[in-house]
Amino acid sequence: MKFFLNLSYRHKIPLWGCFLIIISVIAVSASFIGNAYTHVEKDLSIDSEKLGYSLRSNLFTAILQDDIWRAFEIITEASQRESSSMVQVENILVLDNAQRVLVSTHPKETPIHTNMYDLGSEFSEISRHINQMSGDKSRTIYLPKSKHYYSLTPISRENASLGTLIIVHSKDVFFPLFAKNARNGLLVGTLILAILLPFNWYWGQRMAVPLVQLAARMAQLGKKWPEDLDPDLYEYHDELGLLFEAYNQLLDDLKSKEVLEMQILQSERLAALGQLAAGIAHEINNPLSGMLMAIDTLKCHSETSPLTQKTIALIERGLTQIKDTVAALLVEAKMKSRNLLPQDIEDVLTLISPMSGKKALHIAWHNSLTDEIALPATFIRQIMINLLMNAIKAAAQQGEISCDISVIDSKLQISVINDGKTLSAEQISHLFEPFASFSEGGHGLGLWVTYQIVNQLSGNISVKKENNNHMNFTVKIPLGEHP
Amino acid sequence: MNIIFRLILTCWLLLMSSALLATPLRLGITSATARGQYALLEEWRDYLQRKLDKPVEFIFRESYLESLDLLKQNELDFAWVSSPAYFENSRQMNLLVTPLYKGQPFDHSYLIVPSSDHVSQSLLDLKNKVFAYVDPDSSTGYLQPRYQLLQQHQNAERFFKKTFFTRDHQKIVAAVAIGMADAGAMSGFAWDSLARSRPDITNQTRIVTRSAPYGFPPLIARNSLSKRDFNDMQRVLIEMNQDPDGIKLLQRLNLDGFIVADSKLYQGVYKMMRRIGDL
Repeated sequence: MKFFLNLSYRHKIPLWGCFLIIISVIAVSASFIGNAYTHVEKDLSIDSEKLGYSLRSNLFTAILQDDIWRAFEIITEASQRESSSMVQVENILVLDNAQRVLVSTHPKETPIHTNMYDLGSEFSEISRHINQMSGDKSRTIYLPKSKHYYSLTPISRENASLGTLIIVHSKDVFFPLFAKNARNGLLVGTLILAILLPFNWYWGQRMAVPLVQLAARMAQLGKKWPEDLDPDLYEYHDELGLLFEAYNQLLDDLKSKEVLEMQILQSERLAALGQLAAGIAHEINNPLSGMLMAIDTLKCHSETSPLTQKTIALIERGLTQIKDTVAALLVEAKMKSRNLLPQDIEDVLTLISPMSGKKALHIAWHNSLTDEIALPATFIRQIMINLLMNAIKAAAQQGEISCDISVIDSKLQISVINDGKTLSAEQISHLFEPFASFSEGGHGLGLWVTYQIVNQLSGNISVKKENNNHMNFTVKIPLGEHP
Repeated sequence: MNIIFRLILTCWLLLMSSALLATPLRLGITSATARGQYALLEEWRDYLQRKLDKPVEFIFRESYLESLDLLKQNELDFAWVSSPAYFENSRQMNLLVTPLYKGQPFDHSYLIVPSSDHVSQSLLDLKNKVFAYVDPDSSTGYLQPRYQLLQQHQNAERFFKKTFFTRDHQKIVAAVAIGMADAGAMSGFAWDSLARSRPDITNQTRIVTRSAPYGFPPLIARNSLSKRDFNDMQRVLIEMNQDPDGIKLLQRLNLDGFIVADSKLYQGVYKMMRRIGDL
């Protein structure tokens, strides 16, 4: 039992359904068959009694005239006529009122003038039944364990009785008749099974398979992200359907929570990196400025050998490179700048045109700015140039870039899309870290700088893969906070 | 011309109507003589009609008694009956012809038992048995065994446990074969005829005794019948064995022909009847 209860619903539902259907069909068929048995007994009784009534009148006349040959011919003809019908007549006897055989269709077995008691136990029993009979109604006697059944008809007219007609039938006809009826019952049962079982199986599968898949996915939760459920798996809105909806909702919530966590983690990481970089830059910047000033002073106020001059120049270039790098890391967006004009945007297009021209790119440019907006022009231009430069680098030869600038919900939105190679999720997660270059020749600070600027302007930058596999970089910066 | 034509038409119409309105000759047949051969009897009737040039009707009745009653009421002109039936009413009847069987105008009475009965050797061995008679007016199937019992000083009414009539000789064979009767008496002619067509049935019986010969059941005519019809019928029947169609019919009837009936042929039956007290 435990084994059965532990079975998967995939098997348990159809099995349980099958079990119930089979039990019901067996019960219905059994009642059919039981009914058939009673019917057969009843039908045979009626047929036999009908035969008795049909013979009674002629026999009455024949016996009245003591014409027993005529009586014999009447019963013999009836017996032969009925032998081909369903009621198989084995013997017909006519008894007188003293229960002696007057005539029978089988005189050798039941000779004339033999007493019923001398014809064996069954006839003795029948004799007892005849004694109990009254009126002119027929009776059918089924003796237990007997191979025959008997119908008794009084040979009477207007209350004058001349004897009794006994029709002996073989019970052999019983079984074929019963089997015929029973077969019909079984056939109907089988037909019902043939219709219901596949239907039950289908229905069981329909219920179980989604449940099983759901259970399997629930078990995976916490270990890895389960595969998506087939949306066509269960499309109804019953309790099962609600369960699926709840599962999908849960999964969506879990996923967005994880994405949020990742984003927080990333921005925290980037913020920490930013602080670290800014701190180091400041710490480096002070001695660096001193060193550069000292070298400047040395160059101007001392006589030095050519070798020294060469060395000083070498040091100066090195220090300048450090300064540049540090300056790049130390993004300072708090400096004053004028507001952004639509013309600034167009300038950017002019600036990048030579570069895009080299790769024969097509730039789809949508600038919907019409008025001045309260954002620092310098930084916005820098952001755009960085994004567009990256896009041009990433784009394929004769590829396509689209740039869309608009103000939506009091936010400046800049979208730059390129058709270059796509980035993996792993690459995207490290995209805004310094020196994380994914293209040849880049130092990997462009996006870092852009990220820092956007961050300092209280905006955000996101990267996503479009449906057509184009990479979309979108920057949103709220207006008015940086006059 | 017109007068001649009318005359011819009138004559023709008269002739036609006389033919159409001619009263048919009616011959009574009983179950005992019909022996179930109704198709054969129909052919015989057609033959007689052809030969007599007169319509003939066969009227079937169950027993000799019924045929005789019809004859007495002039409902029949002829009847094929048993000799006792004739003697009971001999004043109103005339003997017409007697059939010839095996060239003789005689029949015998057979006493038969089931073939399983190897014991019974005579009628006396059948005391307290069930016995089958043919017809109360039959010589071979009723009179003869009763006469025999009388000769043995037995009371025929109490000798057997039970008796019954089958009305038909050949049904005696059936009654004995299936065991309904322990024995039966019948016409030897009928048994032999059945043995020829259905030996499977007669083989189930055994002939215990054959009686002395008795006049074959005759065809009789009512007294009131015209001499001409009587003679015509007698002549046609007697001449049957000289005619190819007649011979074929006689063969199928298992008869050799007919001869003028003589009451002397039936003296034996007459004596038995007197002895028993039926006359």
